[in-house]
Amino acid sequence: MFAYLVRRLFLMLVTLFGISVVIFFLLRIVPGNIVDILFAAAGYVDPADKANLEKELGIDQPLVVQYWHWISGFLRGDFGYSYVSEKPALQEILPRIPITARLAGLALLFSASIGIPLGVISAVKQGTRLDYALRVVSLSGLSLPSFWLGLLILTAAVAMFGQIPIFNPNPATWLEAFATYAVPAAAVGFRSAALTMRITRSSMLEVLRQDYIRTARAKGASDAAVNYKHALKNAILPVITVIGIEAAFLIGGLIVTETVFNIPGVARFLVEAIRWRDYPIVQNLVMLIAVVVVSANFIVDMLYAVFDPRIRYTD
Amino acid sequence: MRSVWALAATAALSLLAFSTTTFAGEPKQGGILRMYHRDSPGNASIHEGATYSLNVPFMPVFNNLVIYKQDEPQNTMNNIVPELAESWAWVNDNKTLTFKLRQGVKWHDGKPFTSADVKCTFDMLMGKSQQKFRQNPRKSWYEQVNDISTNGDFEVSFNMKRPQPSLLALLASGYTPVYPCHVSPGDMRTHPIGTGPFKFVEFKANESIKLTRNTDYWRKGRPYLDGIEFTIIPNRSTAILAFVAGKFDMTFPTEVSIPLLKDVKSQAPNAICEVEPNNVATNIIVNSSAPPFDNIDIRKAMALALDRKAFISIMFEGQGDVGGTMLPPPNGLWGMPKEMLETIPGYGPDINANREEAKKLMQKAGYGPDKHLAVKVSTRNIPVYRDPAVILIDQLKSIYIDGELDVVETANWFPKIARKDYMLGLNLTGNAVDDPDQSFYENYSCGSERNYTNYCNKEIEKLFDVQSQETDIAKRKKLVWDIDKKLQEDVARPIIFHARTGTCWQPYVRGVTVMTNSSYNGYRYEDLWMDK
Repeated sequence: MFAYLVRRLFLMLVTLFGISVVIFFLLRIVPGNIVDILFAAAGYVDPADKANLEKELGIDQPLVVQYWHWISGFLRGDFGYSYVSEKPALQEILPRIPITARLAGLALLFSASIGIPLGVISAVKQGTRLDYALRVVSLSGLSLPSFWLGLLILTAAVAMFGQIPIFNPNPATWLEAFATYAVPAAAVGFRSAALTMRITRSSMLEVLRQDYIRTARAKGASDAAVNYKHALKNAILPVITVIGIEAAFLIGGLIVTETVFNIPGVARFLVEAIRWRDYPIVQNLVMLIAVVVVSANFIVDMLYAVFDPRIRYTD
Repeated sequence: MRSVWALAATAALSLLAFSTTTFAGEPKQGGILRMYHRDSPGNASIHEGATYSLNVPFMPVFNNLVIYKQDEPQNTMNNIVPELAESWAWVNDNKTLTFKLRQGVKWHDGKPFTSADVKCTFDMLMGKSQQKFRQNPRKSWYEQVNDISTNGDFEVSFNMKRPQPSLLALLASGYTPVYPCHVSPGDMRTHPIGTGPFKFVEFKANESIKLTRNTDYWRKGRPYLDGIEFTIIPNRSTAILAFVAGKFDMTFPTEVSIPLLKDVKSQAPNAICEVEPNNVATNIIVNSSAPPFDNIDIRKAMALALDRKAFISIMFEGQGDVGGTMLPPPNGLWGMPKEMLETIPGYGPDINANREEAKKLMQKAGYGPDKHLAVKVSTRNIPVYRDPAVILIDQLKSIYIDGELDVVETANWFPKIARKDYMLGLNLTGNAVDDPDQSFYENYSCGSERNYTNYCNKEIEKLFDVQSQETDIAKRKKLVWDIDKKLQEDVARPIIFHARTGTCWQPYVRGVTVMTNSSYNGYRYEDLWMDK
C-alpha cells in the first residue's frame, strides 16, 4: 500500500509539472497579450507606450525566464500581481474560492443525493413505468445545457414570484442565503445527477445479475439489504469514478452557471482573466484547479483501494 | 369663536395641502442607487480609458473645470456650466482661456484643491510631466494647447497655439476630470481620489463598484443619494431580468437594445425607458493602401451599395439615424441636413439606382457577374460589430463582392488594423463630445493614432483648422457640413448608421437625464434622487 501511495504521489507531481508547462505556453500561443487588450480598450496603439507597459509587466522577457519567475513564485506561494486590478493575485483569487467551492460542493451533493437513489430505484424497478419516467428525466438532464436551464429558472422565478435568485453577497434571510447557492447548484448539478443516475442504474443492473446476489436472496435477505448492502456497495465503484471526473468537469459547467446567476466565483473570474490575458491570475488559478483535480483523482484512487481490497494487493 | 376655529382648521388644511403639493416633487435625501454594470472596467482611471464603462461608475467621483449641464439632454456650448472653475474668459485674441477656480474645495482625502492640480492633470495629458499615464488616449485633444500657467492658487490659464473655441467643449466632457497632484496615476487606477459628489469605496473586479456620498461636497445639499452601487453583470439577459425583478433601480445607461426594451416594457410596465442616440457611428474602414481598395472606383462602388435603412430596420427596428460623420440633427448639433446628405453618392433614396451605378464602377474595375471580387470583412467578435458585418456582406453581394466574415478577438482587433492587416473592416466609432474637432482630428487627420484607414488629405486638413478656429457657429456649421460631405464622397470611412439605444429606470428614480448627443458626459449623478 505504501509503494502504491508513493507511486501515485510521484505521478501526481509529474502531472502537475506537465500541466504547468502546458498552461504557461498555451497562454502565450493565444494571440494578443494584456497590453494589446488595454490598448484595444483605449482604441489606439502607441508603440512607445506599449513597449513601456510590456517592460513594466515583464512580458518582454524571454519565455523561459517568465516561466521560471512564475513557477518559482508559485512554489513559494508568491502569485504575483494581477495585471488588471494591480492587486496581489492571491488576494483576488482567495475570496472567490469558497464561493465556487460551496457551489461545486452543493452541486456534487445534489448530483449524488439525487442521482444514486434514483439510479438504484430505476435499476430495481427495471422495465416499469417508474423506470421509464426516471430514464426520461435523466435523458433530459443530459440534454439540457446548464446555461439554458439557468436562464429558464431565472425567467420562471421572475415571472412566477417576481424574484430573481442571483447572487447576493449579503442575504437578508437564511432562505435567501440558501437560494443563492442551492438554485444555481441545482442548475449545474442536474446534468451530473442525470449522469450519476445512469451510471448507478447500469452498474446496479450488472451487479444484480451476479450469483452472489441470487445467493443472498436465497438466504432470505430482504430486498433492502440485497439492494443497498450487497448490490450498491459493489456497484458504487464506477459511480465514484464518475463523480470524481464530474468534480473536474463541474468547473466547466460552473463558468456558465456563475455567469448566468452572476456569482463572483473563480470559474467566471477565470474566463474574465483569460479575456484580459491576465497571466498571473490565469496561470495560478488554473494551476490551483489542476492541483485540486489531480488531488481529487488521487483521493478517488485511494478510495478505490479502500472499497476494493484487490487494488491494494495487486499494487 | 367657532368661526375662528373653522378658519384655523381651514388654514391648517390648506397649509397641509400646500405643503404636500410643494414637497411631493422636491428631492429627498438618502438611499443607495443600485445599478448593474455591463462589464468590469480594466481600472478606475478615466484618463486612461476610452470606454464609457469607466465614465459611468467613476464620473461621480470627480469634477471637471466645466461640465455640460447635467439636466439638459443636449450637450451644447450654451449648456456648459462652471464646476471646479467659477468662471472663465477667452483673452489674448481668443488664444488664452483663463479659469477662476473655486475656493475651499477639498479632495476626498482632505487635501485642498488648487490650480496646481489643474496644471498637473493637463500637463500629464499633454505628456509634459514627469509622471505618466500608462495610456493616454486623448492626448490629441490638447494638440493646440501650448502650456498651462497658473496665477496663484485659484487661477489657471490654457495658452493656445491658435484659437480653438471647442476646447471648452472638450473640457466639459465626462472624459476630462481634474486629478489630484498628490496621487500617482497608478493609485488613481485602483483607488481614485476626486473632489466629486461621491467618494470611491471599493472596486471588486467582475463583482461590484461602490461609491458613497461625499458629505464634504462643495455644492451644499448635494448629492441627494447616500451612495451608488454597481453590480457587474456581463450577461445581458440576467441583468435585464434582475432589473425587471426590482433588484436594480436603473439599467446600465444606453445599454438596453431595442428588442430588449420591448421585454422590459412588457414585464415591468411601470419602468420608465428612453431611447436616444448614443453618438456611436457604425462605419466601414477600408484599407486603401493595398489592392483592391486602393482603387477609388471599388471604394465608391462599395459606398453606393449600402442600404442604410435596411441596417437600421434589421438591427434597431427602425430606431436609428442615417448621417455622415457628425451625428445627424435634431439631436446632433453638426450633422448635415437631410437634403444635403441625399446628394452624397449612396445616400439617395433609390437603392436600386445606386447599386446599378455601383455595378458599372465594379465593371470598370474589371469585375462582373462572372468575376466576383472576394474580400474578407474583418470585425470584432462582439454582436454590435458582428451583426452589421453580416448585413454588409449580404449587401455587397449585389455588386459582385463576395465577402467572408473574419471575426477577430478584441485583443487582436486594434493591433490588426494598426498594421493594416485587413481589407475591409466593420468598425464602431464613439464620439465623446458632439464637436467636429474631436471627430475630425481624431479619426481623419493625417497621422492620428485613431485614423485607422490612414486617410490623409492635406486640403481637408486645412479645412479642419479653419472650422476649428471659427467662432461664428453658423459659419462653422457650414464649413463642417462641407467637410463631412467631402469625407463621405472620398469614402474615407463610410458611415453606415448612428445607433439609438435605451436606458430604463424605476419610476421612483428622479432626476435622470439621458443625454441625446453623447453617451460619455452625463453621469455626475449629484442631482439624482429617489422618491421612496
